[in-house]
Amino acid sequence: MNVVNQVGTESKTSKENGIIMNEMSASGATAVAERPLGLETRGLHAWFGSHHVLSDINLQFPERSVTGLIGPSGCGKSTFLRMLNRMHEFIPSAAMAGEVLMNGSDIYAPEVDAAAMRLKVGMVFQKPNPFPAMTIKENVLAGIKLANLKVSNHDDIVEKCLTRAGLWKEVKDRLNASGGSLSGGQQQRLCIARSLAVEPTILLMDEPCSALDPGSTLRIEETIHELAEKITVVIVTHNMQQASRVSNYCAFFLSDGGPGVLVEADATRKMFTNPTDTRTADYVQGKFG
Amino acid sequence: MSLTNEISVQVTEAIPTQPWHKPRAAQRRDVLTYMALALVAYAIVMVTGVAGPDGWALVFFVEVLALTIVRSRNIGKAKSTNAIVSTVIGAGAVVAFAPWMSIFFSLIFKGFHGLYVGYLFRDMRVTTPDDELNMGGVGHAIIGSMLMVLIATAITLPLGILSGVYLTEVRGRLTKVVRFVIQSMSGVPSIVAGLFIYTTVIALTGSFSGFAGALALSVLMLPTVARTAEEVLKLVPEDLRAASYALGARQWRSSLMVVLPTVRSGLTTAAILGVARVVGETAPLLLTALSNNAFKFNPFDGPIASMPMYIFGLLQIGTEYSLARAWSGSLVLMLIVLALFITARRLGGKDKR
Amino acid sequence: MHVVYSTGDRIFRRVVTAGAVTSLLVLALIGLFLFARGVEIFRDMGPKFITGTNWTAGSGDGIIPAEFSIGPMLAGTIVTSLIALFFAVPLSIAGALYMEFFAPAKIKRTLVSMLDLAAAIPSLFFGLWGIQVFSSMGERWSALTSHYLGWFPLFNNELGIFGRSPFIAGLVLAAMIVPIITSVSREVYSRTPRELVDSCYALGGTRWGAIRAVVLPYGRSGVVGGAMLGLGRALGETVAVYLLLNLVFKYNFNILESEGGNIASLIATKFGEATPYELKALLAAGFVLFLLTLSVNMAATAVVQRSARDRS
Repeated sequence: MNVVNQVGTESKTSKENGIIMNEMSASGATAVAERPLGLETRGLHAWFGSHHVLSDINLQFPERSVTGLIGPSGCGKSTFLRMLNRMHEFIPSAAMAGEVLMNGSDIYAPEVDAAAMRLKVGMVFQKPNPFPAMTIKENVLAGIKLANLKVSNHDDIVEKCLTRAGLWKEVKDRLNASGGSLSGGQQQRLCIARSLAVEPTILLMDEPCSALDPGSTLRIEETIHELAEKITVVIVTHNMQQASRVSNYCAFFLSDGGPGVLVEADATRKMFTNPTDTRTADYVQGKFG
Repeated sequence: MSLTNEISVQVTEAIPTQPWHKPRAAQRRDVLTYMALALVAYAIVMVTGVAGPDGWALVFFVEVLALTIVRSRNIGKAKSTNAIVSTVIGAGAVVAFAPWMSIFFSLIFKGFHGLYVGYLFRDMRVTTPDDELNMGGVGHAIIGSMLMVLIATAITLPLGILSGVYLTEVRGRLTKVVRFVIQSMSGVPSIVAGLFIYTTVIALTGSFSGFAGALALSVLMLPTVARTAEEVLKLVPEDLRAASYALGARQWRSSLMVVLPTVRSGLTTAAILGVARVVGETAPLLLTALSNNAFKFNPFDGPIASMPMYIFGLLQIGTEYSLARAWSGSLVLMLIVLALFITARRLGGKDKR
Repeated sequence: MHVVYSTGDRIFRRVVTAGAVTSLLVLALIGLFLFARGVEIFRDMGPKFITGTNWTAGSGDGIIPAEFSIGPMLAGTIVTSLIALFFAVPLSIAGALYMEFFAPAKIKRTLVSMLDLAAAIPSLFFGLWGIQVFSSMGERWSALTSHYLGWFPLFNNELGIFGRSPFIAGLVLAAMIVPIITSVSREVYSRTPRELVDSCYALGGTRWGAIRAVVLPYGRSGVVGGAMLGLGRALGETVAVYLLLNLVFKYNFNILESEGGNIASLIATKFGEATPYELKALLAAGFVLFLLTLSVNMAATAVVQRSARDRS
């Protein structure tokens, strides 16, 4: 699937699903809304103590697509991302309002098992962080071990996940080497494989390539394309070229010193060539940020 | 076509909530449950005759553990392990903290009996340890400790600062050795320091004295002072030194007139921490300064009192009043150490420019 | 690089170096002196100084020879310190984990300050507390242990008297070294990289799962360093042991029985009335103790420094 340089992806999957994606057409058909949603937020707010950092975020993430969260630093993109898998609440002063809907139900509802939910919503962090005390194989299986999941064939899972992450060929002969013995790009792909092992339907990525060289970055972007055939990906990125390469949709966040707001969210191509809001146009043209 | 919801939630006033926390009602129920368990434990202790606060604590722990196990029956192995281990860790933490908390409590509740208005200003020259508690005092011990600590500081502060300056400014060939040795020196047993002074200084001078005690304390104080001095000097930003050299200053001038003054409060902290370290030491004084009953202001002339030896002597007598005095003396000593700590902490922030 | 210094600088450097070297000298002096004075004893007693069983000043006129051996006291030093470590290390780890991962922010802040103060509590207070507050509890536990586990050689106690035993002294020593080990451990745990812990949670793990997978392995060498610092302190402890352990000169591995001692308390007990020859023996004993604590502390420093370097 070599469409890395095209804006948005001409998705094979959309044709397979029978849903016609018209994001390429300038007429902007309403087909997008008919696509099932992997995730949706309604009226989402975030606070740290009394500091209001996100205001009224209403955003939909269509299934099996890549959505890029773009915007200048400090406007709450990472905080927003962390609210999607309830990692936000680990900060003692954190507070929120609104809903995050997965399959129609709010993940913040009181009866929701947060740890089980996190099996469905994986996360890859900015700095590659394989567990240092574990081998490559143990790293991939770490999520399964942590959640005490009953699985039949560990080796199959290791191979499958490392393949999906684009790392199998390079490490298949040294699965018992330490996780830290890999290069930066390889470590990040190991982290991706680790997240995939628990079979999430959604993968959140917080600037996964910002600590990597361009070669590794490109390979990870290819991986993201492949992953999006099966799961929904949300990626925070500061790099607009990356956003235009890798995402189907983009959401532009902005803060004017107050809480971050969602200015505009649409198909990537439209955001970059013909955005509705002037602020979006200014940002994608590099006038600020 | 926008990805944002057409249905915009009317946001006039969004209220921050923390839905991941248990609602108030459930929290209150938890507290009541634990209180009930505590009472049940008390009842069990009364009935079965399991003795002491430790007996009660054990019963309470078993109850809490049982409750945790019952509650985590159906939530999966990872979660139930988490719940049970968390309970055990909490219990372990309580046991770890209990002794020194108990000491703090004992100091206050057993120590205040012997305190009265004149306690800090009298000595034990005419009072026996078994006299009423409103007689005699700890003043002589305070003076003795103060004198010895002053001498020890006069010795160790310059040496400690010099070591710190050597390690951060001069950085000669012996740097690694000096640093390693200072660190290791903090492991010299206090009795060994006392023994060393006993067999050298006291053998030479022929008598016990406060000065000998101060020397023994210096051996113990030096590593703390030197280490703190080094850390404080390390914090001086390199550009300060660079600016001074750029102005043409020689190293010695730069050190003395630019670097050292900026860390004045840090160096005072070093001295204070060193004092806090040695003011409670008994063993070295057992062999060097011994003890005394009366006010004495000359540390070079024979044995002199000190707070630890005052406490130690009274403790060994073991009668009701002498023990009460021992606790009061300990309370005073702890308050002195606390005051030193607080001063050091306040000073520690003052070097920020 | 050959740097030319002015005269003022040269004097400055000499003075400073002299000051720094003084600390080296003090340490060396102590060791040398103890050895020099004690060497006569080493010569006279040979290896029996360590392995023998008696400490007698003799009758002075040669009829009953003087015989000095620190064997039982060395054993007692090690036994009490090991008991202390056995209890202190797991409790300190629990305390450190609680403070870092379970305690609410305000409680944690208070505990950190109080822990600093607790590490500065003079050992004399532990002796006082041990006698006045703890000993009845300790005797109760000893009696229970003897009752249920008395078949095990370590816990054998024929006399049924439980006060002032190595077990109780060891427990009080444990209480004494918990603050320092907890402090060091907590500090190491707090430096666990945030993303490692977050990754565990993001994978659906629980708090204990994250601690087990990431925090404990990360902190292992730091905790070892802290434990060794605690060990160094326990080995050299004088007053608490003097007050809490019945000084009886024999090898005692029945830790529940009321006899034992350690080298430090031996020195404290005997120095007052020692004959000149006996004094040399005490110096020799002090030298052995000095070597012991020095090597433990040097190893502890190396471990702590290496773990700090690995992390940065």
